[in-house]
Amino acid sequence: MTGYIIRRLLWGVLLLFLVIAVTFLIFYLLPSVNPAILRAGRNGSPKVIAEISKDLGLNHPIYVQFWNYIKEIIFHGNFGYSYYYNDPVGGLIANRLPATLSLTVGAAALWVLIGIPVGIISAIKRRTFFDRAAMGAALVFVSAPVFWLGLIALYLFANDIGQFKIFPGSGSYVGLTVNPLKWFESLLLPWMVLSATSTAIYARLVRGSLLQVMGEDYIRTARAKGLPERTVILKHGMRSAMGPLVTVLGLDIASLLGGAILTEGVFDIPGIGRLNIDAIGHGDVTIVQGTVLVASIFIIIANIIVDIAYAFLDPRVRYE
Amino acid sequence: MTVESTTGTLLSVEDLRVDFPTFDGVVHAVDGVSYTLEHGATLGIVGESGSGKTVGALTLIGLTRTQGAEVSGRIMFDGRDLLTVSKDELRHIRGNEIAMIFQDPLSSLHPQFRVGSQIVEAMRIHRSITRSAARVRAMELLELVGIPDPRRRVDQYPHEFSGGMRQRVMIAMALANEPKLLIADEPTTALDVTVQAQILALLERLRRELGMAIIMITHDLGVVAQIADRIAVMYAGRIVEAADSRRLFGVPQHPYTWGLLRSIPTLDGPRGVELLPIPGRPPSLIHPPSGCHFHPRCAYALPSHSTIDPVLAMSDAEAPSHLSACLLDQGQRAAAWAALKSGGTPEQARQAAGIADIAVPVPEAEIAG
Repeated sequence: MTGYIIRRLLWGVLLLFLVIAVTFLIFYLLPSVNPAILRAGRNGSPKVIAEISKDLGLNHPIYVQFWNYIKEIIFHGNFGYSYYYNDPVGGLIANRLPATLSLTVGAAALWVLIGIPVGIISAIKRRTFFDRAAMGAALVFVSAPVFWLGLIALYLFANDIGQFKIFPGSGSYVGLTVNPLKWFESLLLPWMVLSATSTAIYARLVRGSLLQVMGEDYIRTARAKGLPERTVILKHGMRSAMGPLVTVLGLDIASLLGGAILTEGVFDIPGIGRLNIDAIGHGDVTIVQGTVLVASIFIIIANIIVDIAYAFLDPRVRYE
Repeated sequence: MTVESTTGTLLSVEDLRVDFPTFDGVVHAVDGVSYTLEHGATLGIVGESGSGKTVGALTLIGLTRTQGAEVSGRIMFDGRDLLTVSKDELRHIRGNEIAMIFQDPLSSLHPQFRVGSQIVEAMRIHRSITRSAARVRAMELLELVGIPDPRRRVDQYPHEFSGGMRQRVMIAMALANEPKLLIADEPTTALDVTVQAQILALLERLRRELGMAIIMITHDLGVVAQIADRIAVMYAGRIVEAADSRRLFGVPQHPYTWGLLRSIPTLDGPRGVELLPIPGRPPSLIHPPSGCHFHPRCAYALPSHSTIDPVLAMSDAEAPSHLSACLLDQGQRAAAWAALKSGGTPEQARQAAGIADIAVPVPEAEIAG
């Protein structure tokens, strides 16, 4: 097992290196804005631009530039400097992480706590009114894009522009350490919007895999033992239905940690996604590179965690 | 360890019917089945796939209720009618007084729990016993069913066991609460022949030592021949013949039983006897054939047999416990079986029974349909 984890970690590092290389190449080959022009300002003379280019090392051949970039990341944890803010990218991302983390963890908790029980009840009470209603609603939410749902939610429930002024609206985000109550209030609507689709997906996933598992012979054995139906479903049934759930959950959380771009955009939450959108607007390539890198790290780590969790969940999985 | 087997009736099933309403009509999976089982005895229930033998057994422990089945009749077990007891009471009987083992021991054990914890669980539902005491008992049970090195094996997962060993684990789990009745549903079908014999020997030994009754469900007469005291042959949801083992193999009364016996090879029968498969397929349980349900496949059917529905009745005054549901008279059956037993063809058996001229040839279409 230890050997397996080490191998997986080494793979992760290799993968990360590839991601860095690819993002670097993409932005080198397809430069949207010359960073030197950006820094020089509106009236920068060619001379100034040339000087800035030299300062930024933009005149070096690509492999030198790549080496410098990698070197900074590995040895100094430095993701480069934002052309726009003139600050280290690492610091900018770190400042934005709490907001993204708050948004992701809350939404994930919501969709797990609602989606899984709804899925279980739907599976047990298959073809009843509850099942049909829940699966009908799930279909609606699966089909609703998050930016549309976000705007509708603001239109209906935001306390500034809403028809029913219930929740704080766009741009109301406050840090947890600043004011926990306001933090909670401001995130209620984003949490609901961000979790809506996933709640629906998880409810359908749980229903489907539980229905399949409940037809297995070992479920009949569990009943034949005289176990209460509750235990049959929640212990024997869910134990097997957990596998696919863990996989999806790990990857979902990881990809949101890389920035819930749409939700953060609609609700103007200063997270990594918002940072990314702004950077794209400013042509601030190093920030985009940095956020892509951070998102990749989250995904790679989540993959490793999911694989290890799998081995614990299912003893038949052997990683030797 | 030997337990005196108490005498008397343990289980009495009376006119059990199990219907499944479906899109195409009502499936009469079990169609009026009655039998009794003494304490410590072994009953073999034999029949083709779809003859209702498994559904009938699952109904005993209330597991068909979950599939929308309509059940009627009486199932008297140890003084209670299992069809009228509360759901909760039935759950306490299930796995405690009546245990069941199944055909495929790999898929019947939960792949993600250690075998020990699955056995411990079976115990702790029905009795107050500490986890550690239950674990010790689980190891004893594994030893009892012949699993070597139970101290190590108790913490392994089902996939770490061979097929035969898995079935032993299932048996250990079933024995956890010392049931009065063990229902074994095709327990050896998925196993190698040599392992089959071991499992049957194990069940027979356990029955003797623990004094429990066994219902052995199988499609294989060879399996019940070794261990059953009494055998019921099922066809299309009904029992068509029931007798003590010795009589069933010696003087079978029903043409379907003849077919089963003549379709398996024997070592001690006359040499060069051709194996005779039973023609056709099991009938539809939604629209069973008129009259005797077996008549479309029966080589001895007479015209009247497609209208008269035979009842299961004593067929020989000298053996009141030997029942069969056949419209032929006793003399005809004796003559036909005598001819078949000595290696004759169904044609010769018909002649011996004196029905060669009036027998209706089985139309091909009816076999296929």
